[in-house]
Amino acid sequence: MSNLTQETSQQSFISFFLTAGCDSVAHAVKKSFIVAIWFVFLTFPIMVIQVNTIEKTVVWHWNKIGYVAIAVFFGSFLWRWLLARKELKKDESTEETRIEGLLTRIQSHPLLKLASLGVLALAAILYPQVFDLYQTNIMVSCLVYIVLGLGLNIVVGLAGLLDLGYVAFYAVGAYAYALSNMHWGIGFWFALPLGAVLGTLLGLLLGFPVLRLRGDYLAIVTLGFGEIIRLVLENWGDITMGPSGISNIARPGFFGMKMSIMDSTIYMYYIMIGLVIFTIFCVNRLQNSRIGRAWLALREDEIACQAMGIDKMKTKLLAFALGATWAGMAGVIFAAKTTFINPASFTFWESAMILSIVVIGGMGSIRGVIAGAVILILVPEYLRNFAEFRMLLFGAIMVLVMVFRPQGLISAKRKIYKYEASNTASAANE
Amino acid sequence: MNNPVLNVKAVCKDFGGVRALDEAELSVNDKEIVALIGPNGAGKTTFFNCITGIYTPTSGDVLIDPAAKGQAVRINGKKPNVVTELGMARTFQNIRLFPSMTALENVMIGTHCRTKASVWGAITRNKATREEEQAVIKRSYELLQLVGLDEFVNELAENIPYGKQRRLEIARALATDPFLLLLDEPAAGMNPQETKELEALICQIRDQFGISIMLIEHDMKMVMSMSDRIYVLDYGRMIATGTPQEIADNPAVIKAYLGEDDDA
Ligand SMILES: Nc1ncnc2c1ncn2[C@@H]1O[C@H](COP(=O)(O)OP(=O)(O)OP(=O)(O)O)[C@@H](O)[C@H]1O
Ligand SMILES: [Mg+2]
Repeated sequence: MSNLTQETSQQSFISFFLTAGCDSVAHAVKKSFIVAIWFVFLTFPIMVIQVNTIEKTVVWHWNKIGYVAIAVFFGSFLWRWLLARKELKKDESTEETRIEGLLTRIQSHPLLKLASLGVLALAAILYPQVFDLYQTNIMVSCLVYIVLGLGLNIVVGLAGLLDLGYVAFYAVGAYAYALSNMHWGIGFWFALPLGAVLGTLLGLLLGFPVLRLRGDYLAIVTLGFGEIIRLVLENWGDITMGPSGISNIARPGFFGMKMSIMDSTIYMYYIMIGLVIFTIFCVNRLQNSRIGRAWLALREDEIACQAMGIDKMKTKLLAFALGATWAGMAGVIFAAKTTFINPASFTFWESAMILSIVVIGGMGSIRGVIAGAVILILVPEYLRNFAEFRMLLFGAIMVLVMVFRPQGLISAKRKIYKYEASNTASAANE
Repeated sequence: MNNPVLNVKAVCKDFGGVRALDEAELSVNDKEIVALIGPNGAGKTTFFNCITGIYTPTSGDVLIDPAAKGQAVRINGKKPNVVTELGMARTFQNIRLFPSMTALENVMIGTHCRTKASVWGAITRNKATREEEQAVIKRSYELLQLVGLDEFVNELAENIPYGKQRRLEIARALATDPFLLLLDEPAAGMNPQETKELEALICQIRDQFGISIMLIEHDMKMVMSMSDRIYVLDYGRMIATGTPQEIADNPAVIKAYLGEDDDA
């Protein structure tokens, strides 16, 4: 491998770029040309023909096809180059990227670690003071997604169970608070643990029948379960108020003080920060425990895992239930934050979004999931102008990550245990 | 006479119309090394799968008696994890480690059924959990040392050389604290030197832990030199049993092996 890399570095970068993945420049040009023609053909109906149904006219945008052809022609060079580069770096791809390396270095140095944690804490505390209500609100929803992502990470990232109906537990938490608040005036602080317990129970309940399934089958059944919950919420009007939803849900109280919207948003923000820290703390401890190891073993090889004396059903149920616990809590917070919920907030897209956060961020990696949530929630918020292209952007990011970094942006790393003389375990990361 | 720790009685296993095991009988005594040999496709791995709960035998009985005191328990139909908890640990013919976990963690998994830290313990990391974790790490490290893998402690299992992966599997199985260790072709893919070291390791394990060992192996030299008794399986039937010398002189065995060559 090192020989090869050396050779390529001797080659001029330009010629490598031009011929990446091909025999010669001519071959490369031909390939790009064919790809360009293909794309012109495929995008012809949507790019060129514009039908105006009201005036009953057809407008032909011939110039657009030229742009497509040129963009694809040059784009395909870039694409091939990226692929070829990835092939060359195959051996290195298992190693850390620069960012990961930096994170590890910071973490293994106690002083640096303390300092960076301090900076992070300060930034978190000052954020709502520096930024306005709008920004704080966005940040709160980002934090909610971090919690959801970390919860789903237990199920998908650690235990390897593909759950497409995660949003159901989120919905149950939200409705539990909304309804109990409406009917019995139950406050936020009481509802939060209630949501958690309900989430856990529902996770167990769903877990029993579906955990015999695995892989794709599990995914389909959980997807169905998510939809069932949403349909029940939509159609059981007497109890759930149907599609019109529930409004005027109480915001969290602070010793009975009356708060302005601004204050309560900031308050919400700090509550969320607290919950995120709590979640990270718990998930980190769980994943490096006897139970976390059992989850990983289950993900890696189910038969070997059983043969090593791990009860498959119990371990799966535990993952499902614990994942659902955090979804339940996040649901309560969501209801309290928006003060209004309806079934439309709990569609499959929400599940898909949370799953994307976990997969793109890095399965089983806490830092990865946080990075995933920040990128997938904050970036689209700031790109509001391109709202129509949001899904397209999503798809593109998904494909790129899957091709170039299948392990996610920040991949999970295993704990390094210390042994021998001191016989003390210590976490070197996460 | 002491009682057998494992007693298999007339076990059959059908796959559709194929009878992979046909009234197989076998017993393993305390602290004994028993080898199971036979041509390819004879049903050796199927036999292991049937007694460890991965398959349920179509008929017959699998009885174990961990303490060798004459109190046998019937275990066919029990789940693999229950069987492991009862004290039978195995390795796999096609290595089944947990590839993206470290060597140490792989061994730590083996201790799962002997420890009991709960979710609560994991999150609060209370004294009992910390002590248990310490003990697990210490023991796992010692087992890695025993199989000569201490240099790979924090290496991911997938990055460990093939021959050593087999040793790691043995360490992982030992971590479950078995009375009977089942090894499915432990020397497959090893060179003569490695095979010799493995043989020494297996004998050392038997003496040090005082457990029984049963192994499937194709390497006749290794089988002949280390086993106390040998069983020969052919087309799902136990065609012979005895000491290495008896087996070597048994015409049925020679026919099974040579007959295979004739057909081919
Ligand atoms: N799950 C299964 N379904 C159907 N047939 C099976 C299954 N497992 C094993 N068999 C069949 O049972 C027979 C015995 O297979 P087994 O793997 O036990 O042989 P073996 O003695 O371990 O051979 P080898 O020395 O090659 O490992 C073979 O004919 C095989 O095709
Ligand atoms: Mg076999």
